[in-house]
This record gives sequence, structure tokens and C-alpha cells, in this order.
Amino acid sequence: MTSRRRRGAAKDTTAGWLFTLPIIIILGVFLVVPVLMAAWVSVSDWAGRGSPFSSDVSFIGIQNYRQILAEPGLQQRDFGISLRNNLYYVLLVVPLQTIVSLLLATFVNRRAMKGVGIFRTAFYFPSVTSAVAITVLWLFLFSATGPVNKVISVLGLQGPNWFQDPRGVVHVIAGWFGLEAAPGFLREPGALGVSGWEWLAGPSVAMSALILMAVFTTSGTFMLLFLAALQALDPEVDEAAMMDGATRWQRFWRVTVPQLRPTIFTVITLGLIGTWQVFDQIYTGTQGGPSKTTLTPAYLSYTAAFEGQRWGQGAAISFILFFIIVALTLLQRWVLRERDGSSRRSRRAVRARRQEGAVS
Amino acid sequence: MSVSTRSATAAASMPVSDSRERRRPLGGVGLWPYLLLTAIAIIYIYPFLVQVATSFKSDAEAAATPLSLLPANWTVTAYQTLFANSDFPVWAMNSFIVTVVVTLGRVFFNSLAGYALARLDFRGRGLVFALLVAVMAVPGVVLLIPRFLVINSLGIFDSYAGMILPLLADATGVFIMKNFFESIPRSVEEQAKIDGASTFRTFWSIVLPMATPALMTIVILSFQGSWNELNHFIVSTQSPELTTLTKGVAQLASGQLSQGSQYPLKLAAAALMTVPVVIIFLIFQRRIMNVSAGAVKG
Repeated sequence: MTSRRRRGAAKDTTAGWLFTLPIIIILGVFLVVPVLMAAWVSVSDWAGRGSPFSSDVSFIGIQNYRQILAEPGLQQRDFGISLRNNLYYVLLVVPLQTIVSLLLATFVNRRAMKGVGIFRTAFYFPSVTSAVAITVLWLFLFSATGPVNKVISVLGLQGPNWFQDPRGVVHVIAGWFGLEAAPGFLREPGALGVSGWEWLAGPSVAMSALILMAVFTTSGTFMLLFLAALQALDPEVDEAAMMDGATRWQRFWRVTVPQLRPTIFTVITLGLIGTWQVFDQIYTGTQGGPSKTTLTPAYLSYTAAFEGQRWGQGAAISFILFFIIVALTLLQRWVLRERDGSSRRSRRAVRARRQEGAVS
Repeated sequence: MSVSTRSATAAASMPVSDSRERRRPLGGVGLWPYLLLTAIAIIYIYPFLVQVATSFKSDAEAAATPLSLLPANWTVTAYQTLFANSDFPVWAMNSFIVTVVVTLGRVFFNSLAGYALARLDFRGRGLVFALLVAVMAVPGVVLLIPRFLVINSLGIFDSYAGMILPLLADATGVFIMKNFFESIPRSVEEQAKIDGASTFRTFWSIVLPMATPALMTIVILSFQGSWNELNHFIVSTQSPELTTLTKGVAQLASGQLSQGSQYPLKLAAAALMTVPVVIIFLIFQRRIMNVSAGAVKG
């Protein structure tokens, strides 16, 4: 084996490089070089005219980053607001899409059920459409006189004018209990120039509609991931628990879910990566409005550069976003490695089964 | 291993355990699951039915009866406007050109690189592999400004080259092909090598035809990916002649090209742009439903 490998190595070197050269060039030119160029732009004062490498563009250190993160002003505030908006989006979309897709997968994981394929197709269908097409549909569904408000009015209530409504959901709920304005200590500008009251606003009504849209369009894809994992499970484990008299509910939470841990972590990781990159929906639907409550860092970096001609800041926002995503992915990996040691998992499973035994 | 002992003890304790579950045989399905699933399916599908129905309504009717699936007065005004009085056909043409070229390019370059990484022993293979892993970690939206910078510097801004070439960068596809080629037994190629076929010939006429399932996966992913792509076209083009469906419809939706709500028009455009991906989905339905199964297990 080793001798053949070695003989092959000499012969294959040319072919190997020739075969991989096209993809290396493409990845290098359109992925590696851009990132390096943007890194330079983020520490330069380039204003969008001419080459960013020309002699009249100078190095200004971390000034762009400082303007966004540390200097009080509109730029810092906009970034703070966009971070808040996206944070609520992530905090709601990731758990919701994970739970909904897991439930959908459990519902359609019945081999004996006739026509179950039709349901799988129905749930997956929203996933094939583009963000643009689905946003257009959503703008109609959640318009003032649209289908959603029509359904709400049938129930005797009055729906909000979704995409024009900048009120934070937490503020709305606080209003029901008579808390209309910010208490004094929350009025001062806090982190990133955004006051505590604004940080606690929750997603705006407009953002909530986008949150529902994200759950609607991604749950089908993740349902397929969970479905694949469910079908790979050993049915005997579940049957054993059933024999022990565990109820459907107990079997789901104590037998099935622990076995799905790796997939749950995959879905959460993919969810975290995806939800920090909200752009298409904002570009198509709300352009950051109403009152900047659907502004996201990704969209802000675009408008800062292409509309505001503040290229350095736009690039800096991109890098901050990049670090957020990488940091969260690494955190996720670390958590996964910590909790998902195989010995520990099997011990858990055994313990779970023992508990089931105790029940019967 | 402990499962068998468990079932043995379980069998012993059977009469004691609650038999509520066992009265329903394992395979039997009652009426409730159907009702539940149908209710959820309505939530998932009804919006699209309303979309198609509304595209055949007048503006006034769309606002008056948003929930009805049957227009009182059928009208094709929206579609007529799209085809006769808008750039919609140009957008569709551009989307089509870009999608086809990107898909073909990805199929070819991904399988070439995947084959080399799976089969050819060459100095630097580890390096290439590391590069792929590294670039896969870069989130797409972060590349908005960076890509514009490079496209602009290369002088391919606002051209098909600028629209197509960057979309060929697809590390995931290389991995899919690499994994698949590794699953093909080496003996298949050995006869060809003994017969003196060149490496490319072995790849092209022996191994590649066997990789149809993986190639189909690449076709589905890159068709769907480039047809639905928006942000790359925003930063790589500006002229109306190079606008794609996603960009055109997005601008239509955000009111840059229209006045008033015009929901029937916008919904018709959104419905039409979805048709090709739906066709691809229906053709490859069985495979798509299995794609992720392979991805998870592999």
C-alpha cells in the first residue's frame, strides 16, 4: 500500500494540482483576496473613489472600529440598534425553528401512516422559495388589510399594521400593565449609545413578522435533518421504553431527545450562523424601517458602504459580524464537545432507561 | 447490548405495566394525527394558494377579500403588466443565464477538485484541504463589501463575468464530491490505469459517470442557490439590463419601481420566479428528501 502510494505521489502531483487549480483560483480570488482587501479597507480612510490601494488612501488604524463601538454618535447608535434588533431575532428564531422542526419531524416520522409523504412535502415547500419571493408574500400577508389581520378580525380582535409598527413587543406588553414610558434609570444612553429602555424593547412588531417568516421558511429544512436522525435511531430503544410503560411524552423527552443531541446542536449552530446574516429580507421588505427597528448589522454594513460611502465603517461592521458568528460557532463547538462525550451520552441513556424502568 | 436485557426484564414485567399504549398496535394510526398534520399543512400551504389567487385579482379585490382563494373577477392584468410593461422577461433571462452557467461550472470544477482530493496523492493536498475548510467558515453576508472591492478592481463590475465567476466558489460542493468519490471502490479505476488511460480520461469516462447521484445533489444545490441569490447581484451589477429576478422583484417589492401597493402584480412576480425552483424540487423530490439524510450520516 505505502509503496503504491509513494509511486503514485510522483505521478499524481501534476494532475492533482491541475485538477484543483480552478477551484483554488476561484476561492482565492473571490474569497481570500476579498477578505484581505476588506481588512485593509476597514483600517483605511478609503471613500469609495479610485483604488483602495492608491497613494492618497491612508492607514487610520482602528478609527473605523472605534467610531462604531466607542464614539458616541449616530454611527455608534445605529450599530447598537442593529445589534439589538438582530439579537432579539436570533434569541427568538433559533429556539423556535429548532422546536418547530423537531416537532414536525416527530409528527411525520411514521412509516405506517399513509400519505405522510404529502405532509413532508407541504412542510418542506416554503424552504425551496427564495427569501425575495417569500418576503413579497409576507408583505402582503401582514399588510394592514391582509390575510393575517383578516383572520385576527374574525377572532374579534384588531391586528396591528405589522410592517409599519415600530413598537417593541416588550414595550407593548409593559403598556398593558400601565408602564407607558421609560422609568428614569433606563432613560440614560447605555451600551453603544442605546438606552436601557431601548435595549429591553424586544423585537418590534415589524421584526416579529420577520421572525415568524424565518421560522416558516427554515423549519422544513431542519425538519429533514431531524427526520434523518430519527430514522437512524434504533427503534428497539424506544420499544424497550414502551415496554417499560413509559408514556409517549416521557419517551419523547427522556429517550428520543437525548439521542438527538448531536442533531439538535447541528441545527442550533446552523441557526446561529444563519440568523446573524439577515439581509435579503430587509433589502426586499423593510429597508431597516420602521424607525430602524429591522435594521441588522448585515444591512447596516451595506448601507454604510454603498449608500453612505463610509466604506471603512461598512467593512468594519462586516468584520465585527464575522467575529460574532465565529465566536458563537466556537462556543457552540465547545459546548458540544463538553456535553456530547460518547461515554457520558451512553451513561445518560442508561440512566434515562433506568428511570423509565423505575416508572414501571 | 443492554437493550436485550432490558426487553427481557420488560417482558417479565409486562402484565404490571400500563397497557394503554399497547392497545393500539405499533403500526396503527388513528384519526388524530391526520387532523393535526392537516391543520399544520394548511398553515404551510395556504399562504401560497392565497398568493396565486391574489395574483389573478384586481388591486381593490386583493385588499377587500384577502383570504378568498377564488377571485370574484378573474383578471390577468398583473401578468400582462409583467410581460408587456416591465423588465420582467429581461430579469428572467439573466437569472436563467447565470443559473445555468454557474450550475455547469460548479458541476465540473467541484467534481474535478473533489476527485483530486479523494484519489490523487499529491504534495500540497493537505494545504488545499485546509484552504477549503477555512473558506467554508466565512459567512456569505460578510463578503458583500469585500466581493464588490475585488470585482471592481478586476474591472468586471456590471458584467456577466462579475455575476458568475464569484458564484463558482463553492467549497461545500467540493466536499460532497470528495466524500462520494471516496465511497467508490478503487478497483474500478485500476483496470483503466493498467490500460494506460490518462488521469483525466479515467476521471471523465470511468469515475464521473458513476457519480451521478452526487452530481445531481450539486445540480440541485447550485440551481437553487444561484436562482435564489440576491446579495451578490446587488453588489456586482447596477445596470437594468443585468438585473436578475431576485434583484428586480426585490426592487419592485420595495417600491423603487412602482407606486401604491400593487399586491397582485408583486405576488404574480414572486409566484413566477418560484416556478423553476418548484419544478426542480418536484423532479428531484425523492432525492432532496434524502440529500440531508446522506449529509447527516456521511
